[in-house]
Amino acid sequence: MAEPAIKRNDESYKIVDEGIDKGIARLSPEKIEQVINKVLAAETGARLKTYVETCVHCGLCSEACHYYLSHDNDPKFSPAGKVKQTIWEILKRKGKVDPEFIRDASRIASTECNLCRRCAMYCPFGIDIAYLMSVVRRLCHMLGVTQLYIQDTAHSHSATLNQMWVKEDEWIDTLFWQEEEAQDEISSLRIPIEKEGSEIFYSVIAPEPKFRAQLIYQAAVIMNAAGVDFTMPATPGWDNSDQCMFTGDYEMMGRLKKAHFETAMRLKVKRIVMGECGHAFRSVYDVGNRWLAWKMPPIPVTHAVEFYYELLKQGKIKIAKKYDKPVTFQDPCNIIRGKGLHEKARYVVEALCEEFIEMHPNREHNYCCCAGGGVINTGPQYKMKRIKGNRIKAEQLFATKTRGAKVIIAPCHNCHGGIEDILHHHGLDMELHFLGDIIYKVMEKPV
Amino acid sequence: MHDIYNFVSGPLVWVSFIIFFGGSLYRLISMAVLARKKDVFVYEYMSLKFGLRSILHWIIPFGTVKWRKNPLFTIVTFTFHICIIFIPIFLSAHIILWKESWGISWWYISDTAADVLAIVVIASCIFFLVRRIVLPEVKYLTSISDYVILAIVAAPFITGFWTYHQWPGFKVMGIIHIVAGEIMLAAIPFTRLIHMIFFPFTRGYMGSEFGAIRHAKDW
Repeated sequence: MAEPAIKRNDESYKIVDEGIDKGIARLSPEKIEQVINKVLAAETGARLKTYVETCVHCGLCSEACHYYLSHDNDPKFSPAGKVKQTIWEILKRKGKVDPEFIRDASRIASTECNLCRRCAMYCPFGIDIAYLMSVVRRLCHMLGVTQLYIQDTAHSHSATLNQMWVKEDEWIDTLFWQEEEAQDEISSLRIPIEKEGSEIFYSVIAPEPKFRAQLIYQAAVIMNAAGVDFTMPATPGWDNSDQCMFTGDYEMMGRLKKAHFETAMRLKVKRIVMGECGHAFRSVYDVGNRWLAWKMPPIPVTHAVEFYYELLKQGKIKIAKKYDKPVTFQDPCNIIRGKGLHEKARYVVEALCEEFIEMHPNREHNYCCCAGGGVINTGPQYKMKRIKGNRIKAEQLFATKTRGAKVIIAPCHNCHGGIEDILHHHGLDMELHFLGDIIYKVMEKPV
Repeated sequence: MHDIYNFVSGPLVWVSFIIFFGGSLYRLISMAVLARKKDVFVYEYMSLKFGLRSILHWIIPFGTVKWRKNPLFTIVTFTFHICIIFIPIFLSAHIILWKESWGISWWYISDTAADVLAIVVIASCIFFLVRRIVLPEVKYLTSISDYVILAIVAAPFITGFWTYHQWPGFKVMGIIHIVAGEIMLAAIPFTRLIHMIFFPFTRGYMGSEFGAIRHAKDW
């Protein structure tokens, strides 16, 4: 008959996470019950109820999940299996669960689900399992149980309004530095800071100035070559990323998005163009704006993929010589299932590259990278879990490689992090690039 | 026996229909009110066009990637769902009852056809049962209530089949059949069978989110 809801022989139990341990140590069953019931009563309603009562336990969602497929179809990793181990139990026991249950719930919701929403396309009822997992994350957050590393980024968001503890002067200095570097290549190049009334506010995630500053360099080259009227702010609000959305710290998520939108308003720009990041797009376009009661973002938001599409389509950037290595394309969940940019992305790839080889499945049905949804941000101790949890991605990439692909293009930072680890672990000798990397390589540049 | 028969085929029918229609309406309205109170944005994002687009894909056999990937399941589940609604409405024996009670009647299927379809339903129920027991990902999610629900759905068809063929004890079985049908109707609003009522809304909402906001397909 029914199997026990929780199995405790999983190797992931051996992962030491101070954030979880300390959080759990502070809990008591009474506190858990009180917090859970308070949050459920205040924040959930018809959706949670309908989803839980409509699910007929058919298991059809299972094959949607890369964790399930990568763990030899272990039912504990199926989408509904994760719901069973968390929210069903919580509702059934009316919040009367012990601290160890919360430890498991946090592990499942935050490190075994990327909120990629692929399962919504496999459940006949369209039950939003990512939403159910977000509810569990929210409960864990309210109980003070969050993985140490991602909580640290949440603290950074809270203290600096950016994800990476980048100080204001460091941010400005990085922009100056990249401008200077790029001027060696294009002497007239500018990264206009605080230019009020610009067409575009170009926003990035904090890891770009922190350790991928060349992406700002490349973006500046593209912007200048295309003659785009853009600016970047000198104040907090420049960062579009949002780990608070993933920890369940929605109050903080609201502050972040408010700062971001208000920066755009202050600069009187016409729209925000974002770098190649998936989760940030989800936050700005879909989730954060809703918390602030904006049905759609108060100012148009364009993801890099769509922006490059415009530039190429309008002939604002010209290709000197197409990229000659055979490439494949990783469809990131947050801009494909999140914005339907798959055809535009293919237009861009085809415009830049000689040979494009599809990976299968693709478009809305592509497998998640297993890094997004805040999972990579839970820290290095969960790295092997991510890699093992996405064997299916390694197989998918290997199959594409055997069909000739040498380069993977992934227009998302999380996809990069996840795929990089997978390539390295499996010794899959493939290059990994952003679209911007390729554009920078093949475009005609002004002198 | 006659008294019992009269009771189950008279007042109890009314009771079950009232519970079914009233209960379903109650569940729908209370959920709509709750959504208005707690998930108000559902109303903002619900889109008729994209909701229907998604529903349409999902109610057409092999209309989605999921259906195409599981051909056997797709055939069984579609046949099953169509039959359990179709048979009770277009069975000649039921239509005679309608006619005797209210003088209304409509087109009906031949008894042989009904017989075959009833076997199809029973076989489908066995398929679902075996699936629950055999497939690990389904077994893991299964609780006793899932078997009870399956039994509630299978019972009217098994007992109806039995009664029609006048197997031993068919008179008692006929009464059980009526009660089983009534139980099933009454159970819909208050068990996971509510998916019959909620399906258009859950699917429609996901279709709206995917279609109108995210410009992507959800099938």
